[in-house]
Amino acid sequence: MAAVATCGTGAGSTGSVVATTSENNVTSFQRKGPRASGTDSGCSRLVSIAGTRPSVRNGQLLVSTGLPALDQLLGGGLAVGTVLLIEEDKYNIYSSLLFKYFLAEGIINGHTLLVASAKEDPADILQELPAPLLDDNYKKDLDEDICNHQTPDSNIKMKIAWRYQLLPKMESGPVSSSRFGHYYDASKRMPRELIETSKWHGFFFPEKLSSTLNKEPCSLTHGYRRLLQFIQKVIYEEGFDGSNPQKKQKNILRIGIQNLGSPLWGDDICCTENCDNSHSLTKFLYVLRGLLRTSLSACIITMPTHLIQNKAIIARVTNLSDTVVGLESFIGSERETNPLYKDYHGLIHIRQIPRLNNLIYDVSDVKDLAFKLKRKLFTIERLHLPPDLSDTVSRSSKQDLAESSKLLGPGCGMMAGGKQHLDF
Amino acid sequence: MFPELNNLLNITPDRAEQGKLTLLCDAKTDGSFLVHHFLSFYLKANCKVCFVALIQSFSHYNIVGQKLGVSLTAARECGQLVFLEGLKSSVDVFFRAQAEPHPLQFLREADAGNLQPLYEFVREALKPVDDGQAAWRCPVLLVDDLSVLLSLGLGAVAVLDFIHYCRVAVCWERKGNIVALAHDSGDGEDKENDILLNGLSHQSHLILRAEGLATGFCRDVHGQLRILWRTPSQPTAQRDGSLTYQYKIQDKSVSFFAKGMSPAVL
Repeated sequence: MAAVATCGTGAGSTGSVVATTSENNVTSFQRKGPRASGTDSGCSRLVSIAGTRPSVRNGQLLVSTGLPALDQLLGGGLAVGTVLLIEEDKYNIYSSLLFKYFLAEGIINGHTLLVASAKEDPADILQELPAPLLDDNYKKDLDEDICNHQTPDSNIKMKIAWRYQLLPKMESGPVSSSRFGHYYDASKRMPRELIETSKWHGFFFPEKLSSTLNKEPCSLTHGYRRLLQFIQKVIYEEGFDGSNPQKKQKNILRIGIQNLGSPLWGDDICCTENCDNSHSLTKFLYVLRGLLRTSLSACIITMPTHLIQNKAIIARVTNLSDTVVGLESFIGSERETNPLYKDYHGLIHIRQIPRLNNLIYDVSDVKDLAFKLKRKLFTIERLHLPPDLSDTVSRSSKQDLAESSKLLGPGCGMMAGGKQHLDF
Repeated sequence: MFPELNNLLNITPDRAEQGKLTLLCDAKTDGSFLVHHFLSFYLKANCKVCFVALIQSFSHYNIVGQKLGVSLTAARECGQLVFLEGLKSSVDVFFRAQAEPHPLQFLREADAGNLQPLYEFVREALKPVDDGQAAWRCPVLLVDDLSVLLSLGLGAVAVLDFIHYCRVAVCWERKGNIVALAHDSGDGEDKENDILLNGLSHQSHLILRAEGLATGFCRDVHGQLRILWRTPSQPTAQRDGSLTYQYKIQDKSVSFFAKGMSPAVL
C-alpha cells in the first residue's frame, strides 16, 4: 500500500491517514476470497484473466471501470456480463471521459474492445484515449496534482475540530497499483503503439448504413438490429460465449456504445413523446443483456437521457440495465456560479447497483457525491458544504444555499424523494 | 423463504393456500426479495413450480435459492421446477432463424401481438402427470417480472389477458397459485404500466407492496412492506385488511418490524 507523500508540513500525519483509510476500505471484513486489493494471487479458483478479480461479496468476476473511485462505489467493480449505463451530462463532456476510461482500461489489460458509435469513427475515439499513469510516473503526477489543488492549510494538523481529520476521503490516491484499475491522465493521449497492438472492433453506424436495407419483419430499428448482429458475431466468432472451446487464453470483451438512444442511431424517442418504435431501445437492451449474460463481456453505454421525451422510457431502461450512474454537470446551469458547488464540476448519482447472486448489494454510505476534473485526474468526492467564513450569519446567498442543498435529496440513490415528513 | 414473512402472512409450507393470485409490487425500491421468498416457499411446499424468469439468469436465482435453503438445479432435474430463462432465450429467439415456435417468439415479431405461446408453455408445464410416483401438490406459476413484458413491446392488455388465462388454467382448473411481480413507477408517467398494475390489483387476492422510504435512503431500514388482503374471509386480517411493516434485508433473511421499531432506533 503506497502511502501518498503529500507536500507541505504535515506530511506525516495526513499521509498516514490516507494510507490507513485506503487500507480500511479494502480489508474491513471479508468472508471469503482473496484480498480485495487486487493482487491476483488468490484468483486461482476462478480463471485468472488479466484485469479481473472476483468480487468479495458474490464471487462474480469483476472488471474495473477504469476509474478506481467509481469501482469502489459500485462494490468493487463492474461484474462481467452486466451493463453499466451512464446517463450523460448535458454537453456530454464528462460522460465521454468515463467512456474513454473504460476503454483505456481494456487496452491496458489486453482486453478485446468493441466500440460502437453513431457520431464519431471508433478509430478516432481510440486515438483520444487518455494515457495511463503507470507505476513509475503515476505517483509523481498524482502528488503534483494533489499539491496543486490542496490549499496549504488543509495539511495543517487540526486543533479544534480535530475529528474531521479522521474522516475518510472518498478518493485520495491509488488504492492499489496492481493490475486492477488504473488512473489515467486526461491531458495526455494513450501511446499509439499500445493502441496498435490491441485488438478492437469498430461499429460506425453511418458506414454500416450503406449496406442493403433488407426489410426483415423485426420490431427493432435498423441501427439497433445491425449493432446486435455485429456484437453477436464478434462474441460468437472470437469465442467469448465459451461454447466455442478454444485453446488460447480466455479474455474479456469490453463493449462500449456511445450515445445510445440519440437520433443519430435512427431512434425517435428523443423527438416525440409518443413514437412508433418506443420499444426498440428497451428491446435492444434486453437482447444485449441476454448476450452479455452468456459471454465473458462487460458493456458500458452512455445515453442522453435528458433528451428522451417520454420519462417512462427512462424508468424502463433503468430497470433493464444493471448498474446506472447519472452525471449532472454544472456547466450551463445556475449551480455553476453557486458558492455551494464552487469546488466541483458536477454531481454524480449512483442510481442503481445490481443485486447479483445476492439479496443485498454493496451500497456506500455516502449518497451525495460530486466529481471534479482536475488538470489530469477525474476524481469523485464526497460533497460537503464549504465553511461559512463570514462573521455574521447573514450571508447573502444563505437562503439559496439552503434551497439548493434541499435539491440534493433526490440524489439519494434509488430511494428517492426528499419529502418533508419523517418515517421514524 | 423468510420465516418472518410467513408469520406475517400466516402461512407455512405445510398449509399453503390454493387458488390465489398474489401480486408483488415494488415502488422506488427493489422487490426481488419477495420473488426469492415465494420461489423457495413453494419449492419447499412441494409444489410444482413454473418460473418465468425474465429479468435475471438461472445461476442468480440458484445461488440465492441456495442461501434460502433450496436447490434449483435439483428441483429442475427431478421435474419439480420448470424454468424459462428469458435472457437466454431472447438471444436464441432473436438470432436463430425462424424455426420451431418458442414461448417468447413475440420478440421476433414486428408487432408483438399476444402471449398465447407463453400461455401454452405454462399450461403444458403445469399439466398434471399421471405417472403416479412424483405427485406434487398444487401447481404454481411465478413471473419475474411482468413489467419487462411491456418493455418488450407488448401492450398492457395483452399482459392482462395472459394473466387472466393463467388464472383460469392454474388457479381455477388446477387449484394452483400465481405469484407475479410488477414495478410501480409511482409518478404516473408510464401509462401502460399503470393500466397493468391497476388491472392486476383488481384481480389479485393478496397484494404485497414494497416501497422505498419516502424520506430517502437509510442503512438500517431498507423499505416498507404493505400487505393488503383482498379476501374478507381472512380471519387474522384487521378491519381494513392492510398492514404496514418496515423491513431490513440481510444476507440470508429479511427482518420485519413495526413502523419506527427498527433496532437501530430503539
